[in-house]
Amino acid sequence: MFAAILSLGGIGLVAATALGVAAKKFAVEIDPRELAILEVLPGANCGACGYPGCSGYAKGVAEGKALPTACSPGGAEVIEAIASVLGIEAVTFEPQVAVVACQGDNQKAKVKYRYLGLTDCNAAQKLADGPKTCPSGCLGLGTCERTCPFDAIEMTSENLAVINRDKCTGCEKCVAVCPRQVIRMTPRKVTTHVLCNSHDKGALIRGYCQIGCIGCHICNKTVPGAFVIENFLAHTNYEKLDELEDIELAVTKCPTKCIRDFSSGYPAGSSFVPTRNDAA
Amino acid sequence: MNLKTFAGGLHPPDSKHYSANKPIERCPLPDELVIPPAQHIGAPAEICINVGDQVKKGQVIATAKGFVSVPVHASTSGMVVAIEPRLHPMGKPLPAVVIKPDGKDQWEDSLQQHDPDQLNADELKKLICAAGIVGMGGATFPAHVKLSPPEGKKIDTLILNGVECEPFLTADHRMMLEESERIIDGINILRKILGLETAIIGIEVNKPDAIEKLTRDCAPHGIQVQPLKVQYPQGAEKQLIDACTGRQVPTGGLPMDCGVVVQNVGTCAAISDTIRLGRPLVERVATVTGPGIREPKNLLIAIGTSLQHMLDQCGGLDGEPAKIIMGGPMMGQTQLSLQVPAIRGTSGLLIFREQDLPRKNFGPCIRCGRCVSVCPIHLQPTTIAAYARLDMIDEAENNNALDCIECGCCTYICPATLPLVQSIRHIKGSILAKRRKI
Repeated sequence: MFAAILSLGGIGLVAATALGVAAKKFAVEIDPRELAILEVLPGANCGACGYPGCSGYAKGVAEGKALPTACSPGGAEVIEAIASVLGIEAVTFEPQVAVVACQGDNQKAKVKYRYLGLTDCNAAQKLADGPKTCPSGCLGLGTCERTCPFDAIEMTSENLAVINRDKCTGCEKCVAVCPRQVIRMTPRKVTTHVLCNSHDKGALIRGYCQIGCIGCHICNKTVPGAFVIENFLAHTNYEKLDELEDIELAVTKCPTKCIRDFSSGYPAGSSFVPTRNDAA
Repeated sequence: MNLKTFAGGLHPPDSKHYSANKPIERCPLPDELVIPPAQHIGAPAEICINVGDQVKKGQVIATAKGFVSVPVHASTSGMVVAIEPRLHPMGKPLPAVVIKPDGKDQWEDSLQQHDPDQLNADELKKLICAAGIVGMGGATFPAHVKLSPPEGKKIDTLILNGVECEPFLTADHRMMLEESERIIDGINILRKILGLETAIIGIEVNKPDAIEKLTRDCAPHGIQVQPLKVQYPQGAEKQLIDACTGRQVPTGGLPMDCGVVVQNVGTCAAISDTIRLGRPLVERVATVTGPGIREPKNLLIAIGTSLQHMLDQCGGLDGEPAKIIMGGPMMGQTQLSLQVPAIRGTSGLLIFREQDLPRKNFGPCIRCGRCVSVCPIHLQPTTIAAYARLDMIDEAENNNALDCIECGCCTYICPATLPLVQSIRHIKGSILAKRRKI
């Protein structure tokens, strides 16, 4: 009895000492800032920063390899928190949101052929450059929807991808998978966008899409300086837009109705509703 | 009878009755010929003429660019009216030379006739390359490349592909029946180039007349005719080699790695024309068939003839077309329009109506393993397709997705009608894209 207690206790004592010594000797030094940063990160492990998960990014920031502004899902809040951990001034950060620059669903855009292959935009794009006549519009097979880690993309019943501006964190994963580069990153505060991605001339576009930008310059004539037209395709002048008023006028004047103000509603067929932040 | 074949594969209804008994008919010239310089595997040729030029039949209109490339020739005499992007069988507009025929169909004067016995192997190869000869079975791989094995590779067998395993197509069948002399002459030229004696023509037993005729005609030349069991995809190089010789082409290898060169019988006939008559490859035989066509035929067409014109020679459409396929139904390319020109690889034009196409929605894999048993490469199509759906590129590569020959047997046999070969094709593209990036 006594011997048993003594021997077990002895083994315990030796093991505890050995463990204690090992813990001191082989201790992995972790930058306390790394842990603090990891604490403030959203923990979605989305990879938007370019690092494998949030812990990788936290390590990168602590070592000074990664920019403290690279976490787009976290937004300004996280950046501020990281800055306070690092003891630096918070950097001004423009939150970004992804926008599908196309409204040509099955109703509005002409179909080149009936596609019966894999339900994957990249596969469809390989077959004669996609089943839509438009060379750059949304193919509507939902590759971006399946890629989005935040469940922010939905496909309408007429096969058009729509991105929820509330749920989108700006991680750019959808931008990377889209074979037609129809998804763009835009400043969060801008709600008015030209939803077209085709640089074709007006006459050509009218032949295949009812709702494409024909490059007519009417938007820019209505609200001077609010839009930039390059190669027959307009896009919002992001730098100047918040200084301008009456931008709705351009939305109503647009002959093909390809300019959309997301604060007044999402494209036809979408179940999303404008948020409090966006709503005018 | 115990016939030779390969392991795997299947036998879809061959539907060759539509056109098997129709002799080859020359298709009249259309009002315009659209000849794209991209007609073969390898670098597209470079256009070397201008709008307004008068060209003659057989004149070079685009020159070869690189070793794996061949020149392209005018298919008739006439005037070049445009050089502009036109819809290509690949599905996109690509540059093309548009020729308005003058009706004289005059051959270029500089074309020279040769006696193959007077030339050596290198000279013959040069002539074959200059004539733009490509594999006529449909893959359009430049013939001179196959005939130039790198040093150290010993070629001891020439296999001629008279299998025509794709359902519906009968162009090679008719060639073997009607043009056996040209084919045998071409085989003799190939034997001289490769410096070998053994030549085997593989023919499936659903063409007994062709087997009989070629066996009789080949006997004095020492060419062996090998009857083969009817099995798709026996016309694929690697399967044909397995069926005829029992040899296996190693993974990622070429037929020359096991001492074999394979050429199509149509290619042999074209090679004979090139050497004996000096004529480049400007026409080919194509089967116009399918339930959507009134009078299926085997047509001898000038390269660049539009599908619509070929159709007009065959009594036109019988009902509304739902699917237009260039090539065979298993591996052919679906076309967007009938305005597309026929090119060197156009072995057939198939028209199906809606009622001819069984279309079912696909269900979940029931693990029956039929795709595994029919795969002629002995892959696991269902596993690779599952990885493809999940975009797991490395896993697909480890399952040898790149060895897939895209024959479509797995999709054909799948009781759940899963798009297996489509998924594998897709992931193959991703694997190659990833390799290029690294």
